[in-house]
Amino acid sequence: MELVKHIETLLEKYFEAATSIREEEELKAYFSGDEVAPHLEEYRPLFNYFSVAQEETYSKEIPLKPATSRGYLKWISVAAAVAVTMGIFFDQQSSPSLEEQYTQEEIRSAQLALSMFSKNFSKGTDGLSYLTEFEKNTNKFLTNEK
Amino acid sequence: MNQSEFLNTVLPFKDKLYRLAKRLLVSREEAEDATQEIIMKLWTNNAKMSSYNNVEAFAMTMTKNYCLDRLKSKQANNLKLVHSNYKDENTSLQKSIEVKDSVSWMERIMENLPEQQRLVLQLRDIEQYEYDEIEKMLDMKPTAIRVTLSRARKAVREELLKKHNYGIS
Repeated sequence: MELVKHIETLLEKYFEAATSIREEEELKAYFSGDEVAPHLEEYRPLFNYFSVAQEETYSKEIPLKPATSRGYLKWISVAAAVAVTMGIFFDQQSSPSLEEQYTQEEIRSAQLALSMFSKNFSKGTDGLSYLTEFEKNTNKFLTNEK
Repeated sequence: MNQSEFLNTVLPFKDKLYRLAKRLLVSREEAEDATQEIIMKLWTNNAKMSSYNNVEAFAMTMTKNYCLDRLKSKQANNLKLVHSNYKDENTSLQKSIEVKDSVSWMERIMENLPEQQRLVLQLRDIEQYEYDEIEKMLDMKPTAIRVTLSRARKAVREELLKKHNYGIS
């Protein structure tokens, strides 16, 4: 009877959230036992549940390896970005070295050759301009047909 | 911190993370994913971990925030699966059936509590944290915790009494 009184006061405190961890343990122990007073029976599921819920465990494996490989991948992407920027940088640097590789004379002669080539090329395209005239006339026929 | 040191610090409380996640997300799969996600996050930040004075409390807070975010996203709402996988050793069949029944009842009652009450009840009554630890984890004032806890306990009691009375009449 003493015990029941004690449990009742503990329960009262429990519902006011005024119990300490040890008092809560006491309640759990009482309700997990076989001698629960009949009028307190209704609280049994509550405290039993807490004990059961406490035993649930996380059984899945913890895969730590992917975390490291993900970091590895990150560094690879950094390295790739560095390689690409270096490539662009050196590519741009190599272009002005044209003047260093060839003498002024050589460059001039190359320019001359290129200008001759372009002049002749444009002559050729001038010859082709007659073709546009031809096209005009055929277009006339085509529209007439419609 | 190397891998084995990391595991030594994290493994003791991984079940607590999982149970907290399950309390909030209900579905076992969701809770497992959440736990894994949290541990991975801790692992990627493990250089900073030694500067946290309480890794466990920090991880619990992370789990809480992560789960609440999951609940807010619609994605999680479609995935509310209820699982009860309890093993009771050393109890007789009759008793174990009774226990299982009451456990699933409690489970349902807990599910219907507001998130904040569920959190506090989980941390206090199941994980048995002291109030000052819960304060840190949930970033709440001590009085607020006590009020929430008291409300949660009373709400559970009310539901249980209802069930108990139905059982008699």
